[in-house]
Amino acid sequence: MRMVTMFARRLLHAFLLILAVLVLNFLLIHLAPGDPVDVIAGGVGGTTEEAMADIRATYGLDKPIYVQLGLYLGRAFQGDLGNSFFYNSPVLELVTGRAGATILLVATALLFAISIGTLLGVLASHKPKGIVSALVTFISVVGNSAPIFWTGMMLVLLLAWVYPVFPIANMIDITKGAGFFDRILDILHHLVLPALTLGIVYLGRYARVTNASMLEILGSDYIRTARAMGVAETKVYSYHALRNLILPIVTITGRQFGSIISAAVLVEVVFSWPGLGTLAFDAILARDYPTVLGILFFSSVLVIVANLITGFVYHLVDPRVRTEG
Amino acid sequence: MAVVENTLIVRSQSPLREAMHAFRQSWTGMLGIVILALIVIFTYIGPILYPVDPFDIVWAPMTPPGVAAVAPLGTDYLGRNILAGLIHGGSATLYVGIVAGIITITIGVLIGALAGFCRGAVDEILMRLTEFFQVVPALLFAMVLVALFTPTIYVIAFAIGFVSWPATARMARAEVLRIRELEYVNAARVVGARNRKIIWQVILPNAFAPLIGSATLTIGTAMLFEAALSFLGLGDPNVFSWGLMIGEGREYIFDSWWAVTFSGLMIFLAVLGFSLVGDGLNNAFDPKLRER
Repeated sequence: MRMVTMFARRLLHAFLLILAVLVLNFLLIHLAPGDPVDVIAGGVGGTTEEAMADIRATYGLDKPIYVQLGLYLGRAFQGDLGNSFFYNSPVLELVTGRAGATILLVATALLFAISIGTLLGVLASHKPKGIVSALVTFISVVGNSAPIFWTGMMLVLLLAWVYPVFPIANMIDITKGAGFFDRILDILHHLVLPALTLGIVYLGRYARVTNASMLEILGSDYIRTARAMGVAETKVYSYHALRNLILPIVTITGRQFGSIISAAVLVEVVFSWPGLGTLAFDAILARDYPTVLGILFFSSVLVIVANLITGFVYHLVDPRVRTEG
Repeated sequence: MAVVENTLIVRSQSPLREAMHAFRQSWTGMLGIVILALIVIFTYIGPILYPVDPFDIVWAPMTPPGVAAVAPLGTDYLGRNILAGLIHGGSATLYVGIVAGIITITIGVLIGALAGFCRGAVDEILMRLTEFFQVVPALLFAMVLVALFTPTIYVIAFAIGFVSWPATARMARAEVLRIRELEYVNAARVVGARNRKIIWQVILPNAFAPLIGSATLTIGTAMLFEAALSFLGLGDPNVFSWGLMIGEGREYIFDSWWAVTFSGLMIFLAVLGFSLVGDGLNNAFDPKLRER
């Protein structure tokens, strides 16, 4: 029962956050210099007189500001995020059409970063002065200090130009075979470089956190007890030590969703990956504000949902949270 | 006997001097200082020694490095001098990084310290606000702000600061919560110090140590942010910057790799400098880490 109220509280919390993002979007439209109509229609002179009158009517721009906010929220909850005058299409359709590619990229990068990062971190904690430790330091220094769009371009130069192992850009090559499995292989082939670029930044962070947690865990009393009892070293690692790594890893994953979406925008632009990032880039160049704001809203919702899932996972794996509620 | 004297001398030092001493012991921190010094000389003295306008077209487009004496590091897709770009492109990045870093720290410390000190409802509201700013992807948020307002160097610095303060706020709050339970804060309260005095003269000076390292790291992050915005074409169009060079060179990367490579390397070095110094300061001010 306590579980259920906990989840209900989290859901309500997530809903309030989504509401707050919508209010932010509304504020941005109205705080921008000039007439809100120009923002909605995409720049001065973006549309005809009739279209502008139409916008004024649907958004209720001649009514008091709180009525406008009510209208805006009401339409948003019916799935109407406005229309893109540049793409001549509803914003929601545009955004949901592109979200899949972004989710695929981010999920692959995270999976890569967590698996390899944890592995490197464990190996580094085993030999603090070894070559793996040096590698972890190097990766996290480059990952934290080099602009991600630059490392992406350097990887393209090296692995798609000098040694043409991977494709330069895009998600599919239409000249390749059209069968289902050919398509999937082709997408995976295109996915390698962007996911590597995005993943390597986070790989360094996971490796560092894993390394630090492992050093702490291996120095703790219960590990010493296990060793004193004669438990085999492999079992000390696999049974006693590694399961205590799950919590710090879930914790930092939860904190990173916002930053990884930001980084994905840059990676997508470098690799012309057809996700939300390239859409945002094109929309901003075209002054297509409804689309830009739609992406801001939708990506925030993605972060909120991802945080909700991490919260549940945290709940499942941490016995302390479970009993204390 | 000599050993005893030695410990006595070390103990008599002020915490600041002690930390500075520890900082000088770490070679990574000193490397960071050296890198930053070189970047500052390159950016602020370089233009005097090499007064070439980075917007000027000096040679054939896309000339590789080492071919023309006018442009030792080659030219970009318009025939502009890459070396001049590197020398003149740093001041915007450094300026925005430092201003945005200061804005980030100011907002973050104000909100974090207030939340940690007041607790209760104020804490709840401020932390919800912080959480909200962490949910909205910072780069997209900054892109929207810069695009809606005009992309001048000031708007860019403000936008970066405005979207990146939550991490600082959380840290400042945790620090204030930790310190306010310490005995000397109680002692100050017992002798009748007012809240304002306790915040400004007792808690904040003690929270200063962990904040100084994180402030330095924040400048590096803000520089990456500025570079990202210029790369996306949202930089100040009147100002030449390293990020702009990468953004403009992106489409010609296979014909002129040098246009993006060198400018990216400059950003990397500058950010690396700040992050090495930041890490060094964090370690130097933290007695627990210092012993390692």
